[in-house]
Amino acid sequence: MSFLSYLINGISLGSIYAIIALGYTMVYGIAKMLNFAHGDVIMVGAYVCFFAVTRFSLPPVVGVLLAMVVCTLLGMLIERLAYKPLRSAPSLAVLITAIGMSYFLQNSAQLLWTSNPKVFSSVVGNGALKLFDGQLSISYVTIVTIIICFAIIALLLFIVQNTKMGKAMRACSEDKGAAMLMGINVNTTISFTFAIGSALAAIAGVLLCSAYPTLMPTTGSLPGIKAFTAAVFGGIGSIPGAFLGGILLGVIEIFAKAYISTQLSDAIVFAVLILVLVIKPTGLLGHEIHEKV
Amino acid sequence: MKKLVCIILAVIMIASFAACSSKPAAGSSALKIGGTGPLTGGAAIYGNAAKQGAEIAVEEINALGGMQIELKYEDDTHDAEKAVNAYNALKDWGMVVSLGSVTSTPCVATSTLTNEDRIFALTPSASSPAVIEGKDNQYQVCFSDDNQGTASAKYISSKGFAKKIAVIWKNDDVYSKGVYTTFAAACPENGLEIVSDTTFTSDSQTDFSVQLTQAQAAGAELVFLPIYYDAASLILAQAKDMGFAPLWFGVDGMDGILDLENFDKSLAEGVMLLTPFVADADDAKTKSFVAKYSEKYGSTPNQFAADAYDCVYALYQACQNAGVDGSWKASDACAKMIEQFTTMKFDGLTGAGMTWDKTGAVSKDPKAVVIQNGVYVGLD
Amino acid sequence: MTKYKNLSSPTKNMVSTFALVIGLFLILQILLLTGSVSSLVKGQLVPICAYIVMAVSLNLTVGILGELSLGHAGFMSVGAFSGVVMSSVLKQAGASDGLRLFVSILTGCVFGAIVGFLIGIPVLRLKGDYLAIVTLAFGEIIKSIMNNLYIGLDASGLHVNMLKDNLNMTDGRVIISGPMGVSGNDKLSTFFAGFLLILFCLFVIFNFVDSRAGRAVAAQRDNYIATESVGINVTKYKLTAFTISAGMAGMAGTLFALNYSTVVASKFDFNTSILVLVFVVLGGLGNMKGSILAAIVLTLLPELLRAFSTYRMLLYAIVLILIMLITNNPEMKHVVDTVLSRIKGLFRRRKGGAVND
Repeated sequence: MSFLSYLINGISLGSIYAIIALGYTMVYGIAKMLNFAHGDVIMVGAYVCFFAVTRFSLPPVVGVLLAMVVCTLLGMLIERLAYKPLRSAPSLAVLITAIGMSYFLQNSAQLLWTSNPKVFSSVVGNGALKLFDGQLSISYVTIVTIIICFAIIALLLFIVQNTKMGKAMRACSEDKGAAMLMGINVNTTISFTFAIGSALAAIAGVLLCSAYPTLMPTTGSLPGIKAFTAAVFGGIGSIPGAFLGGILLGVIEIFAKAYISTQLSDAIVFAVLILVLVIKPTGLLGHEIHEKV
Repeated sequence: MKKLVCIILAVIMIASFAACSSKPAAGSSALKIGGTGPLTGGAAIYGNAAKQGAEIAVEEINALGGMQIELKYEDDTHDAEKAVNAYNALKDWGMVVSLGSVTSTPCVATSTLTNEDRIFALTPSASSPAVIEGKDNQYQVCFSDDNQGTASAKYISSKGFAKKIAVIWKNDDVYSKGVYTTFAAACPENGLEIVSDTTFTSDSQTDFSVQLTQAQAAGAELVFLPIYYDAASLILAQAKDMGFAPLWFGVDGMDGILDLENFDKSLAEGVMLLTPFVADADDAKTKSFVAKYSEKYGSTPNQFAADAYDCVYALYQACQNAGVDGSWKASDACAKMIEQFTTMKFDGLTGAGMTWDKTGAVSKDPKAVVIQNGVYVGLD
Repeated sequence: MTKYKNLSSPTKNMVSTFALVIGLFLILQILLLTGSVSSLVKGQLVPICAYIVMAVSLNLTVGILGELSLGHAGFMSVGAFSGVVMSSVLKQAGASDGLRLFVSILTGCVFGAIVGFLIGIPVLRLKGDYLAIVTLAFGEIIKSIMNNLYIGLDASGLHVNMLKDNLNMTDGRVIISGPMGVSGNDKLSTFFAGFLLILFCLFVIFNFVDSRAGRAVAAQRDNYIATESVGINVTKYKLTAFTISAGMAGMAGTLFALNYSTVVASKFDFNTSILVLVFVVLGGLGNMKGSILAAIVLTLLPELLRAFSTYRMLLYAIVLILIMLITNNPEMKHVVDTVLSRIKGLFRRRKGGAVND
């Protein structure tokens, strides 16, 4: 029975990683940049929801929507101010700017909201579903997280495959120059991608803090790095890859803790990642791009 | 392009050397007390609490009109390298007596320097034994980690709370590891059995389902949590979700859990902890401190704040006794302070009749408290 | 001066880099002798040397080899801990401080290089961001292992244990105590040793770049397929460069560790790797002089911002973003260039056209 409960906890943790990883992977697919500030957008989303619900006593749903709106605007603003001027710059310069942005968000949060941890009240409500005479209990947050994760994946796949914007996104990620020639507004498309990624970050932030309710200015950074790992694990740039990578990472992390060693669980997660990448150098679902001579 | 970068960098660098070589201003008569602590970054809660606690004490002392104190806290981001920089900045400023560092790892680094430079240091909360080991001018206001682990094991066994114990501790934290090690060593002789021994790190400080499931499966009657309150709040919440309700026992790091913003106090119902300071105590000293602190900073002080407050008062008392003031040289003050601290008795928020031995460790009694209806109630 | 002008541009670059390091060292020595350096700067001299070595070593990987490494602090960590263990062993053997420092740094180099070589084998099979994430992963694994490693020393030799601090020692001293790391370390590092280490590393790098292996590495960075097609064993040369880089990081680690009385594994985390990467990118890929200057400035900058207390790190972030924007955005660069050339123009006119390029 404990195996089953570990598995469910792993999938739940993995679902959160997956939602964050989607933000990384979509931005990477189009802008070809590692947006290290993504983890901190999550933190901002969680804070917005926290204040909306506890200070202004708004219903949780409104809090989540508000967080999504704020994060979307924030994501687009960051893109406009910091990343757009560097569109033609070397990718490392953009990487450093993103890291600078991450420091900026964390330190602003600390100045605005202090470093005292806040306890996030779950938007789902506490409690758990008891199965098998109470031997297995699954908290409501876990169930909601998993459902939302699946819904988001389905929605994203629909947007990318079937809408005009989705087509533009795919075109931009293949070849920006050609897409521009075809009359696609590349800037708008990139902006749109950042908007979606940041809205997802808000949802991830709320879910993350509902499941693990301590909120601090540094809350987003570690899940951010783990999710980035998940995105690469699944093949960066691929939406199903981010999903698969996230879930697997969560499950491996929990199993490593449960059956091998709580001290070395992180090392084990990363060792599995290395193994996968050495065997399949572009991640689980990433497709290989052959270099032309 | 490269030229441009080089020029910019060179200009900043020259400016920086020039700016760095400013001499400390001399001639002020206030006693300069300096300390380092994490004021930014992940451990900022501890550093800021200590800083604010010390500020309250300084304000009170300065208001008395006698000896004046000037306090300066520098940020060390809970890192030994930055702590050394912060310490050097304080030295340039003209620090006479030091409050050491707030957290253990940085304090091990700075205490070596204060020892070399003959500056007396009294740390509020760096509890690792390595801080004072082999240094004659390093003193602690907090319990040493060893002390807490043994005391907890003894207390649990003497009250007969449980026989089967689970421990969840933080593997990359000096404080947690220190308390855990001595607790585990003291268990057999006190008839306690550790049935589940699990850890987490600052990188995996969110999900505790595995640790809790193992503790539950092993039939633990009591879970010992030698960790800080932020992680403890997560553990309590997750345990409740999975329907695991053992007895909970913490150490002084647990204090502060009731004051987390928006914390559901019912989760902490029945949690016991061994701590030298409780903000809900009803002696006049604690009440006045808590009132001033919450008025000024809008939150309830935790043990870090109380320890730092005691630190400043202990230094003040020693200075008064020895006649040390701001005009003294640090090394002269140091010799006098060592003399004072090995002989004097001090009554503070975190204990009455505190004394120090030559090693620099404090001797005071922890109080056992239990959380009932959202407030601390003293146990005997 | 004419002689300097006639040198080929790589040689010129090398000479000016050495001149920069030696010049800065001499200036600082004079300042130190006259006592006009604050304790704050004095305390940072050795770590700055260590960061400079880290920066030039990472520049070899990122700038010359052309592969992004996000786990360079891992090698620093290996060097730091192996160096500290060696210094303790030598202390027991009764060696002098200078010898201890020298052999410890050598040990750090060897261990760093060995780990770099072993990691290089799988890592260098990958490309681009996948390679970056694997180096990040290795960095995290090294951190995790170091966090659980216990090493003690007694009369019968070294005792090593993973996960449990049960070392079965009789009356020995624990050197590395898992997450608590090293405490009570002797401070052996000196500014002069750091300076010599920088000169040595620069010497190695410039010679490497100018060697057959260095040319092969630069060639594969610029065009992998063309290099492979002319029959160059790319993997071998890449591995060589990566191993050298890791060995240098190991030396930097030892120098850094032996400057503090305590070292913990969590110091050498992802953030430290990123910090060093920032030095390299800001200084310019492949530009050793730039790396050196960037390492100095960015190590001093947060300390200089102490006057702004709580706004310190926020300002640091803003400065970082602005520098990246100014140096990389075409429009902003143009503005700065115009301003600079105006200033230069003023200079020229004042000197009456004496300066001619």
